[in-house]
Formats: sequence, C-alpha cells, structure tokens
Amino acid sequence: MNTVDSDRPGVNAAELRAGHLPRLLPARIWGGPASLAEHLARHGPLPAIGRDAGSRAEFIAEVGRAGLTGRGGAGFPTARKLHAVATGRDVPVVIANGTEGEPASAKDKVLLAREPHLVLDGAALAARMVGAPRAVVVVHDAVREIVDDAAAQRRRARLDRVRVTVMTAAGGFVAGEASALVNWVGHGIPLPTEVPPRVSERGLDGRPTLVQNVETLAHLALIARHGARWFRTLGTPAEPGSMLVTIIGAVHRPGVYETEIGRPVSEVLDLAGGPAAALAALLIGGYFGTWLDPATAGALPFSAAGLLAAGGSPGAGLVAALPADACGLTETARVARYLAAESAGQCGPCVFGLDSIAGELEALAAGRRFDQARLRRWLGQVDGRGACHHPDGAVHMIRSALDVFAAEIGRHARGWCRGTRSPGVLPVPPRRAP
Amino acid sequence: MSTVAAAGSQNLWFLSRGSGLVLLILFSAVIVLGVATRTGSAPRRWPRFAVAELHRTLSLFAVALLVLHVVTAILDPFVTIGWAAAVLPLASPYRTLAIGMGALAVDLSGAVLLTSVLRQRLGQRTWRAVHWLAYLAWPAAFIHSLTAGNDLGIWWVALAEVGSAAAAAAAVLARVFSRSRGEPPSGPPRPASAREVLRVR
Amino acid sequence: MTGRARLRVDPIACDARGLCAEVLPELITLDDWGFPIILARDVPPGLRHEAAEAVRLCPTLALRLDHTARDR
Repeated sequence: MNTVDSDRPGVNAAELRAGHLPRLLPARIWGGPASLAEHLARHGPLPAIGRDAGSRAEFIAEVGRAGLTGRGGAGFPTARKLHAVATGRDVPVVIANGTEGEPASAKDKVLLAREPHLVLDGAALAARMVGAPRAVVVVHDAVREIVDDAAAQRRRARLDRVRVTVMTAAGGFVAGEASALVNWVGHGIPLPTEVPPRVSERGLDGRPTLVQNVETLAHLALIARHGARWFRTLGTPAEPGSMLVTIIGAVHRPGVYETEIGRPVSEVLDLAGGPAAALAALLIGGYFGTWLDPATAGALPFSAAGLLAAGGSPGAGLVAALPADACGLTETARVARYLAAESAGQCGPCVFGLDSIAGELEALAAGRRFDQARLRRWLGQVDGRGACHHPDGAVHMIRSALDVFAAEIGRHARGWCRGTRSPGVLPVPPRRAP
Repeated sequence: MSTVAAAGSQNLWFLSRGSGLVLLILFSAVIVLGVATRTGSAPRRWPRFAVAELHRTLSLFAVALLVLHVVTAILDPFVTIGWAAAVLPLASPYRTLAIGMGALAVDLSGAVLLTSVLRQRLGQRTWRAVHWLAYLAWPAAFIHSLTAGNDLGIWWVALAEVGSAAAAAAAVLARVFSRSRGEPPSGPPRPASAREVLRVR
Repeated sequence: MTGRARLRVDPIACDARGLCAEVLPELITLDDWGFPIILARDVPPGLRHEAAEAVRLCPTLALRLDHTARDR
C-alpha cells in the first residue's frame, strides 16, 4: 500500500524493506522526534561504508544506480554531485540544507522534527563518501533544538566518524540558495554570489562543498541500508523513489506527506483528503513553481517528466490548491511582492525589475490598470539577468499565472474579482525589519 | 652672462608660477568631472563616456603639467628646494609647510594615477579605495597654492583661486548628497553586495 | 585577433552607469531600469576595438570580454 494510513500501527522494518511507504516519515502523524534508540530500532544501524576509497567509490556508484536526485527543488543527480566533490582539489566539506526558505513548504522542518537521525545519518554518510572531516547541518530555527539534541545523542554514543555541527539557518527566501548558504555558514551573510564557480568546486573556505537538501540526505541514509534496487521499487524508472510534499490550501487535511514519484497529481491531493472545495488552480513546486489548471493537471504524473508537458515540475514539493472562491491574480500579486522584497538586492534587474513587476500585478489585483504588454516586456528583461535564479523563478511563476488566469485578466483590470474570501491561501510572511 | 642666467631663472620662475595656476584650475575641473562621472549628472546631451574620458584626459594632462611645475620649481636657482622635496612633505628648507603641501598633493595624485592606470589588474576595490585620496589631494594642492605662491595680489589670480575653490566645493557637496544609483523604490534597504563584503573570488 | 570574444556582465558589480551601451550600441542595449542587456555574446571582429573600449570604460569593471581559443 502506498498511502499513509494513520490508523495502522506503523510500518515495521520488514515492510519498509519491502518497499512500502512511508519511508522517511513515521507512520503516526503526531509525535515528537524519534530518539536515537527508536531510530536504530526502526532502521537499524548505518552500515560502516567508506573505510577505504574503493568502498566509497562503490557506494557512490550504488547511489548512481539508485537514481537519487536532489530533493531541494533542482533535482540534480546526487551521485554526480558526490563524485564531483569527492574528486575535488581540496579537502571538501558538507553542508546539509534544511533552510527551507520557501514560506509555504514545511517538509524539511517536519522531516527534521520527526526523523532528525535519518538526516544526520545522511549528513555523516555523505561526509565520509566525499572525504570531508566535517558536516554542517543548517536548519530552520523552529527545529534547531530538536536537531541539537539529536546531534548530542549521537556524540554521546560516538556514532559518527565525522564532526557534525548544527547551525540555525538565516531567514529569508534566498537563504537556501547554495552559494548564499555557503556565505551564511562561512561569513554570516546569506547573499548569493555569481556562479561559476560552482560551490561543488569552490565553496566554503574555497573548498569543494557538497550542499544537499536534508531530504536527499535522508534518502541517502536509507539507500545505504537497503540498496539501490530497494530504492527503485517505488517511483518511475527515470525518477525513482519517494518524495515529501507539502499540500496546502483547499484540501481536507493540509500537511506534509510522502508519495512515490509519478503518481497522478489528483492522487497526491488525495493524500491530504482531496479537495475541500471546487478548485480554480493548483500551484505546484513552490513560489518559483507553476500555476496549472486543475482539470488538466490532475491526470498528470507528479514527476519532472510528467509535469514537463504542462511546463511545470515538482520543484520543492509544494502543492497548493486554490479554491474557486479565491483570486489567483491577487495571490500571485502578493507572492510577487514578497519575492521582490526578498531579492538579495545585488543585481539591478532583480531589484528594480521584480519591484516594477510586482507593482503592475498589484495594480491589476486592485483593479486599477494593467499593461500586459509592458509586464511581459519586463518579465523578459528580468529573466536570467541576475547572479542567481531568484528572478528567473519569479518570472516563471508569474508567466504561468498569466496563462492560467488569462480569462480573468481583462475583467480584473476593470475591477471585477472572483475572490470572495480574503487573500492568503499562499502564506506570505510579514515584511522583516530592515 | 649673469643677465642671461637671471633671465633663464626668471623664465623658470614664470613657468613654475604659471603652470601652478593652470594646475589649480585643471585639478578643480578634474574633480568636477569626476563627480559628474560618478553621479551621472552631466548635461543630458553629453554622453556619459565622454564625461568619463574627459575626466581621464584632463587628469593625465594635469599630471604632465605637474611634472613641469615641479621640475621648474626645483631647477629655479632663486630658491633652494631640492629634489627630495617634490615627494617628501617636510624636506624643503624653503617654505617647508607650503612646499610640503605640494609634495603631499604630488604623492596622493601619483597614487591615484598609478592605481588608475593599473585598475584592471588591481580590481575595483583597491582602485576605489585609493581614488578617494583625490579628495585629500585637492585641498593639499589648494593650500599649497595659497601659501607657496606670491601672486594672490593679482586680481585674476585671486579670482582663479576663489573660482576653483567654489567649483571643487560644489562638486564635493554634490557627491556627498547624491543618491548612489541603485536605491530600490520600495522594500528593505539594499544590502551591500556579497562581493564587496566578502572579497569573494 | 583570432578566436572568439564573448561579452559578459557581472550583474552584482554592474551599477547601471550606462557607458557600455553608449560605446557599443550594436551589442548592448539598456533595459527599462538602465541595466545592460547583451544582445549577442559573440563580438564580431569589426567591433572588437569598441568592445575593448567598453570594457575599459566601465566604471565598476562589471563588463568583461572573455577570449576563448578558436578550437573550442
């Protein structure tokens, strides 16, 4: 069975080995973090891989066979990243990325809050694989204490051969970007810098740096125990395994769930009890993701290949269900203003462009005016012209909104809005003090 | 023979004084153009690159004229200054402080010139840090012009001094009060770039 | 000059001073906020001199001209 059923007593180790869900999340919805003892009871000890270069290379190859890709949104093949960092010019370092700067996404926080040891397993394992003497685990403030405790338990048990330190993530949307994260860990300044060079070549202290999302590391820890073949029992041949999703909006039970990749989007929504109302649209991926029409999106496989047909991607695993009595243009304008304010402020086209774009969308949302030609020109001018992908992601999301809500634009600019509820399906944090 | 020598000495003296006056006007123009380049506040019809190039060209010319000014002053047998005094601020036995200011201006201008010529090699940060010294070089040169020369009684010399001072002061004020180009229209203040803060790569 | 020469703007260093677009309008245009858009990365041989000038003139050293070997 591939659903989370809160009435079942819990997937035991045998069922997990057999490939059932949940893999990462515990079966019971409520509860505190799994202690080290509970973690070892459920998953068993982490195999001692990596005594020599040969076994390390062999494990990286196994990860390649498993087909694990990054779960932070970019979907980069993990084995390739491991290999690049392991063969770098200098002693590498590992950074586990639990920043989760995306306001609507909660999967990393939930994973760290419930199964911190899976993530710490993965971080220590990744460090051994690439030959790094230390791993830095950067986590959202909300789960810092839990992860600190887990790390302390491991230190007392002398579990890991590498030094694992825990840090609180910087606030803000761009703080989870790889180079911004490196600058945060190294200098306390969460600003992205231009890539190249990639952080896997030159990152923290100029060393090859492995930046990996915490969910990816958790999968890594399970692959070490159960192997590539096991990993592939779920998912599609091209995109194997399971992934965590955050489902919000007009569904019966919003929350974080685990799904195998490739299930139809409608079934993913059913994990959260299905739609609680008629839906106007879905936002899939995150605030850099794609607005989609629910009728056409429902049948699409929730995978990179499946959503590509509609111009989308699973991204950071967010699925937001916009009810029919909410206004997609207003929600988009709010998110656009948020993204504009969250610009690192280093590149003119991003700072000024996103600000102008957000202003135009706000005018549309308020029914004042709308110059679509000018907006589209701005979107074209901003796309790809920053040092990082912040402007690109915002442009992509906004373009998809203009497509999906095209029928409403004309009327909205003249003051008509379908929304009868207050805006806020998509959470936008209040503006931080400068 | 002595009249020829005296005439030669007089020529050196005239050259030194004359070049000094022209230099004051030139350096003031260079400061004005420098601020105009930085703030983009030249008349609209002037291309920005033209203002930048004029700033550069005039400053190079000024440096050439500065060499002439220093050499003629030192070669002039009427006063004993010595070569060291061209660059060492306290080395002149004659009007030590006044010449010293001139030497200071020479040193600072030399640093600005050198870093500007080597800007691509040195990088923006180094170049910019040294370039700020120009704002020190000008007052040094101005004080030198007031104290080392004897011509303030001539009305058009005094006018040139006042005009130069006014122009330079106006330029500095404009620079101080200019908004730097990138201030976002709304939202939190723009942070310094990571590159400036981190001295990255 | 053999080999390819490609124009690149460092978006963090760029401060929209606009000198590059004045000197090289064939390859650089300004967006609505005054920041440069490189129209074509490869600089044709006839414009190499102007491109080098633009690089030299950039007040913040944000414009770069990367020379790559012909065989790449």
